[in-house]
Amino acid sequence: MKDMKQKLVIIGAGMASGRVIEHLAETAPDAYEITLFNAEPRGNYNRIMLSPVLSGEKTYEEIVTHDAAFYEAAGVTCRFGEKVSGIDRDAKVVHGENGPVSYDKLVIGTGSVPFMIPLPGHDLDGVIAYRDLEDTHRMMGMGAGKRVVVIGGGLLGLEAAAGMAARGAEVTVVHIMGHLMERQLDEAAGYLLKKSLEEKGITVRLQANSKQILGKDGRVTALELDDGTALPCDLLVMAVGIRPNVALAKDAGLAVGRGIHVDDQMITSDEDVLAVGECVEHQGAVFGLVAPLYDQAKVAAQTLMGQEAAFVQKSLSTKLKVTGCDLFSAGDFSEGEGREDIVFRDPSRGVYKRLVIEGDRLVGAVMYGDTADGSWFFGLIKDGTPVADMRETLIFGPAYQGGAQADPLSAVAALPPEAEICGCNGICKGTIVDAIAGGAGDLGAVRAKTKASASCGTCTGLVEQLLQVTLGDAFQMPAAQPVCGCTDLSHEDVRRLIKSQELKSQPAVWQELGWKTPNGCHVCRPAVNFYLLADWPLEYRDDPQSRFVNERKHANIQKDGTFSVVPRMWGGITNPAELRAIADAAEKYDVPTVKVTGGQRIDLLGVRGEDLPHIWADLNRAGLVSGHAYSKGLRTVKTCVGSDHCRFGTQDSTGLGIKLEKALWGSWTPHKVKLGVSGCPRNCAEATCKDVGIVCVDSGYQVGVGGAAGMDVRETERLVDVASEEEAIAVTVAFVQLYRENAKYLDRPYKWLGKVGLDWVRERVMDPVERQRLVDAFELSQSIYRKDPWAEHAAKPRAYAPLADLTLEAAE
Amino acid sequence: MSWIDIAAIADIPERGARVVKTPVGCIALFRTGEAEVFAASNSCPHKGGPLAEGIVHGQKVTCPLHNWVFDLNTGEALGEDARIATYPVRIEAGRVLLDGMAVGKRSAA
Repeated sequence: MKDMKQKLVIIGAGMASGRVIEHLAETAPDAYEITLFNAEPRGNYNRIMLSPVLSGEKTYEEIVTHDAAFYEAAGVTCRFGEKVSGIDRDAKVVHGENGPVSYDKLVIGTGSVPFMIPLPGHDLDGVIAYRDLEDTHRMMGMGAGKRVVVIGGGLLGLEAAAGMAARGAEVTVVHIMGHLMERQLDEAAGYLLKKSLEEKGITVRLQANSKQILGKDGRVTALELDDGTALPCDLLVMAVGIRPNVALAKDAGLAVGRGIHVDDQMITSDEDVLAVGECVEHQGAVFGLVAPLYDQAKVAAQTLMGQEAAFVQKSLSTKLKVTGCDLFSAGDFSEGEGREDIVFRDPSRGVYKRLVIEGDRLVGAVMYGDTADGSWFFGLIKDGTPVADMRETLIFGPAYQGGAQADPLSAVAALPPEAEICGCNGICKGTIVDAIAGGAGDLGAVRAKTKASASCGTCTGLVEQLLQVTLGDAFQMPAAQPVCGCTDLSHEDVRRLIKSQELKSQPAVWQELGWKTPNGCHVCRPAVNFYLLADWPLEYRDDPQSRFVNERKHANIQKDGTFSVVPRMWGGITNPAELRAIADAAEKYDVPTVKVTGGQRIDLLGVRGEDLPHIWADLNRAGLVSGHAYSKGLRTVKTCVGSDHCRFGTQDSTGLGIKLEKALWGSWTPHKVKLGVSGCPRNCAEATCKDVGIVCVDSGYQVGVGGAAGMDVRETERLVDVASEEEAIAVTVAFVQLYRENAKYLDRPYKWLGKVGLDWVRERVMDPVERQRLVDAFELSQSIYRKDPWAEHAAKPRAYAPLADLTLEAAE
Repeated sequence: MSWIDIAAIADIPERGARVVKTPVGCIALFRTGEAEVFAASNSCPHKGGPLAEGIVHGQKVTCPLHNWVFDLNTGEALGEDARIATYPVRIEAGRVLLDGMAVGKRSAA
């Protein structure tokens, strides 16, 4: 017999309570009927990510952790935008503005409230805290020409300042202490941080006491300091700290100190009421970082499920991220008796490292500018490892211990399995390595399997290093290089943002992604042009002005400024009429060189630019079309003669090659794509060094991908064996479309495969639904691009001629 | 100066260029914006690359052969000790005019 579901009411949709619901939904979906109150008119989102939203790196939609579908699936009744007016513990009822709800168990997750300094004028319009999405939106409105004052030089204040400065606002940070982030950084690191913020155009005022906030007509106009200085501003952000939000709990008569008292099981002074998150006080401590909140959420969920669990406080390192600054601090780094410092500075690189040693143990570490070894130091602090033996080289990090080579990966290789990698989710190295060994071959897979790097993302680099250490060459480290000087974003970021923000024009990309140049440069424009046409085939059209000359003129420019013309020969097959037309054209246009190419066709080299439309028109008349020998697109499909003539041929390789070429021609891809089809394993078409190479065998078709025979020489890897020609074509088309959708511009397929892994690709191409989607998407795009550009351009020869010829008009 | 009417501005694609043959050699007209045109030598001093075929960005052009970048205001190559000749050009009523004197024509036709 099944019991009736118990009623669980949760007050506050924050990061901790969200995790409680997640645990319950995963492990005991039938235990509770959940009602979730939230004063904000929305559900759970990742509050840590408000800073990227402010700086424009992310949108709100990207930081939502639970959407309507999740709540529905978990059977949660959402009462968002509704404040709770009181808790009646005797009747076990929560009173919301729109009516009461009774509960069997109650979880309080009211979080914290920002502390507002009660300065005169603090209630003026334009004086805000930095706590929720509304605040973030107010700050996002501060662009060029706006002046902002931020009170508070802690992490939150600096994130706010950096975010608004990045949007072009004139920002001043007012901090009461002698250096920034004094709780996490020592003076030297604080100085480097200040310098780096000042380089971003932010004014920093230290040891500054605020006196009053000035306003006019109810709106803030300036902050006045006690030395009389007035700092004019359109917005004043107070980011001086938070305090647990205990009002409801206090009114309900629960035991409250600084926060709501809870025991190790997260139970308050009422056994049916639990509390989690920033509103609680546990053994005298209150909490602001996300890792312990998640631990609390897990314990609370287990308690609710009747399992035994206890919350234990752990020492914490914080890897701090102020946009564009690299900080790390861990442990205790205050000076004291019996403590010694080891300091390393490199002023030219802006690097500062300080280790604090007590006895033979490391007790604290502060780093600025180069924080790669932070986790290793944190491990030493946490484990109390004796460091006397390595003291002399300790500051240089794990790479220099035990005489090992200085390998950037050795730091992460040296970490013990229990070393924590992802602070947000408490994931240690061993868990991640196990996941990788279990088949998680890329960052995404590790995230999905372990949640590591899935919250704030600052440990992404470490997770990638673990992938490389564990998988070796099978994993290619993604270098987060910016596309070019026009942007700080990497190709991957740009692609992701074009999709997620639905950017459908180049100006939209430049504007929304904060390009630093008016309209890009020769590096980014071709890439962005491709990404847009690959993602939005109908809405966006190829921009010839963003194409390299070869692709704009549909011919290959030669070193003397002439061009080469290569007509398509489907599958390498031609006939006397075509050959005659080519011969005639070569004579008519004085083509100096006629050459057979490696891709089984004929190249007419040395054609003058002005003649191009005319030679194309002539070739078109014989039925010849562009061979795209110049494009980042499908080039050729090389074939052998196959079963038609060859005594070894097992299938019609020529026929398949022609079908593939007819399906794929005209499509734009991140880099050129060459195919080969061999009729038997003797492989006369050299298919096994092509981007896609098909080898026919008696039983069907072996489809290999990722071959290369250029700067790198590589053999294809087997994607799949299929029995029919139709399937071989579908798999090839799906692979090419997946490559178009995901690869970085100018990565050949083998390079892209090195990043995403063959397994990932195979999984998608072999999933029938996904394969069909890919094929359909490719066909949609081809409805625009599967046509002969020569025919189009031959019709407007004037564009290829000089605009004017002033030499003809008779000089005297 | 003697201004010669060359073409309608619309004959040059935005962020593109077209070539004019003149007694002083090929000159490229670069249309850097809706109503902004620069005139400069079409030949890259490095290996003679046809600059009109390059990618036009901002007020610059990148040579299609080896990616030298030229500032069209001054003709100077960025990061190289080289420059291309620039010529007076103006837009009037949607037409692009080139200074005939500067390009080796004594009088406007």
